[in-house]
Amino acid sequence: MSRRHLGIFTAAVLAAASLTACGGSGDDSAASPKTLTYWASNQGASLEADKTILQPELDKFEKQTGIKVTVEVVPWSDLLNRLLAAATSGKGPDVVNIGNTWSASLQATGALVEFDDATLQAVGGKDRIVPAALAAAGAPGKPPAAVPLYSMAYSLYYNKKSFADAGITAPPTTWEQLAEYGKKLSTGGKWGLAIEGANPSENAHHAFTFSQQYGGEWFDSAGKPTFDTPQNVSAIKRYIDFMAADKITNPSNAEYAQNQSVSDFANGKAAMLLWQSAGSNLKTQNMPADAYGVAPVPFLASPPAGGKKINSMVAGINMAVFKHTKNKDGALSFVKFMTSDEEQTILNKTYGSLPAVKTAGSDPAFSATEQKTIQETLVTTAAPLPQVPEESTFETLVGTAMKELFADAASGKPVTEASVKAKLTDAQQKMR
Amino acid sequence: MATSTTAPDADRREPRAGSPARVPARRPRGPRRSLLPYLLLAPAIVLELAIHVIPMVVGVWMSLLELTQFHIRDWSTAPFVGLENYRATLDLNSAAGKELLHSFWVTLVYSLLSVGFAWLLGISAAVVLQKPFRGRAILRALFLTPYALPVYAAVITWSFLLQRDTGLVNHVLVDQLGLLDDRPFWLIGDNSFWSLLVVSVWRNWPFAFLCLMAGLQNVPGELYEAAAIDGAGFWRRLRSVTLPMLRPVNLVLLLVLFLWTFNDFNTPFVLFGGSAPEQADLISIHIYRSSFKTWDFGSGSAMSVALLLFLLVVSAAYLLITNRRRDDHA
Repeated sequence: MSRRHLGIFTAAVLAAASLTACGGSGDDSAASPKTLTYWASNQGASLEADKTILQPELDKFEKQTGIKVTVEVVPWSDLLNRLLAAATSGKGPDVVNIGNTWSASLQATGALVEFDDATLQAVGGKDRIVPAALAAAGAPGKPPAAVPLYSMAYSLYYNKKSFADAGITAPPTTWEQLAEYGKKLSTGGKWGLAIEGANPSENAHHAFTFSQQYGGEWFDSAGKPTFDTPQNVSAIKRYIDFMAADKITNPSNAEYAQNQSVSDFANGKAAMLLWQSAGSNLKTQNMPADAYGVAPVPFLASPPAGGKKINSMVAGINMAVFKHTKNKDGALSFVKFMTSDEEQTILNKTYGSLPAVKTAGSDPAFSATEQKTIQETLVTTAAPLPQVPEESTFETLVGTAMKELFADAASGKPVTEASVKAKLTDAQQKMR
Repeated sequence: MATSTTAPDADRREPRAGSPARVPARRPRGPRRSLLPYLLLAPAIVLELAIHVIPMVVGVWMSLLELTQFHIRDWSTAPFVGLENYRATLDLNSAAGKELLHSFWVTLVYSLLSVGFAWLLGISAAVVLQKPFRGRAILRALFLTPYALPVYAAVITWSFLLQRDTGLVNHVLVDQLGLLDDRPFWLIGDNSFWSLLVVSVWRNWPFAFLCLMAGLQNVPGELYEAAAIDGAGFWRRLRSVTLPMLRPVNLVLLLVLFLWTFNDFNTPFVLFGGSAPEQADLISIHIYRSSFKTWDFGSGSAMSVALLLFLLVVSAAYLLITNRRRDDHA
């Protein structure tokens, strides 16, 4: 080969190499009808623990159907972005877990398979599913964008020994009582209530509950944001005041975004915690089940006009199928498998959540105090977060505004109705 | 601009085709020969297009669309809104505009301070380590460690150190030395800006040190000897020999450090976990939050394009000024 030919050959190889490098191979979606890719959300103590819990079930599914499921457990901090990227690119997993509050937002992208009556029938039937859970699986009036997998609700967890030491005999049923008890419990380096102050999602969930109790709404019937109404201002101020005014929450909680509040409760640094299905998490942190009590989340002692008797959102995890899947039948049979009575019992027992299907609640594990409290809340006093496409934006904007208010409270700046309203007005202006 | 290189080139210039001058013995034969340079250039051009030009054009196009979650899957359905995104994000009377402006100032001050301190530390260490002594290699390696550590691991360690209750910084300042009565917050409130600055300088100064150390290798020892004979002390030698000789290195180093720091995403993202406090709300995080967290990619792109234009203007002005000065000196 002459030098000239060698040059041309080299250039051609380089050009080809650079072109192929641009192609990439980001397509995770299973091309073969015998495989599926599944993104699971982080439900257990760690990503690794979740893999260990899920793998035997996936093996069982492979044995039954011959379909091999590759699971990746995605941390909560990344899940929404990864789902959005998958929706945008049309590449990624076949089946995913989504936080049920995101259902309508993700539904709006048009990337998820719609569970109309026929599709619901294919995964076991609509009637089996707990109605409250199904209501949190997509915008009203449209076929659900997902199927409920795990059901949860907020409860009040309290440290029995701390309560006994302070002479408190029963958990608080009103916020006023909670503040009063909290003051008694905030002594000697210990605090009354632990709060995940720097976690926008946690903040937004509480924003919803408090707003309901004050008679507020975050979106009007036309889906327009109504963030800075007087009811919402009072609701947010009430929550921030646990740190700012009542001083029953350690100012350090304004930095918490990695579940440190659960650790503080488990280690006895805080006597109360508002959380969803905390039991399994507390167990991994060596807090025995008899060391804490579980009670419904309190209400206002005298609710204002229009105040609702709501003390939790309908929390939970849904399972969705991407339209871009090349194995839709396999994906639906996997959804059917995961929502079957047997799997619902096994997985919800492990995670301390409740089955999302009516037919799987008979196991004695679901009648423990924690599960009974969750069950009662879900049936009587829980409501789904607004199922509007802007829901995830609401969580981010209002949750972040609350994070900033906690930071103000922690650094000694006054938190007033005016400062709360200003933050909420700013957040609302960013919605479009 | 430069005019000094024309004379030698003129001598080397080949005669034009058809001119009466002597024709070289071998002339290029037809178009096949001239294809080779283009083919050799092709990979670079393809990569340049794919990595820089096309994403940039797409970014500009995105900034003209109302690209929300309703249209993200199929961009062709996104309404064309022209300059509306720019109007909304750059309107300084709106909450979004005010926050963007605030974020811009924070980023500018942060970048200038970070580059300044990183350069000061870098030049100090490079000058101290210029002369050989026992243990110099160990110190050099030690100084470069922050640059060699993966960003995520390094910054997450800082975030642990700076926690209010469990962090080592407060443990030393409050518990051990008793310098402060109350445990301050380092990751929220006003201190968050200074925490971010410290971490940024800690990460960047080894790069300045590395470049300046390399630059110092090229300064001839005779210059220092001559200066010493003339009675110049340390500061005079630094001012009249070292710094002028390092000028070409500094020109590039300061620009690169400024651009990196201004666009830095990793440090604030890892340190503050995605949403920085407003005192440390760098523009990269601000844009990320505006697009990914609120699913408004049109506005995010508009901010990015505005940022790109600003950095282009700054870079061009910087190069123009420094080149003009160099020409004046020449």
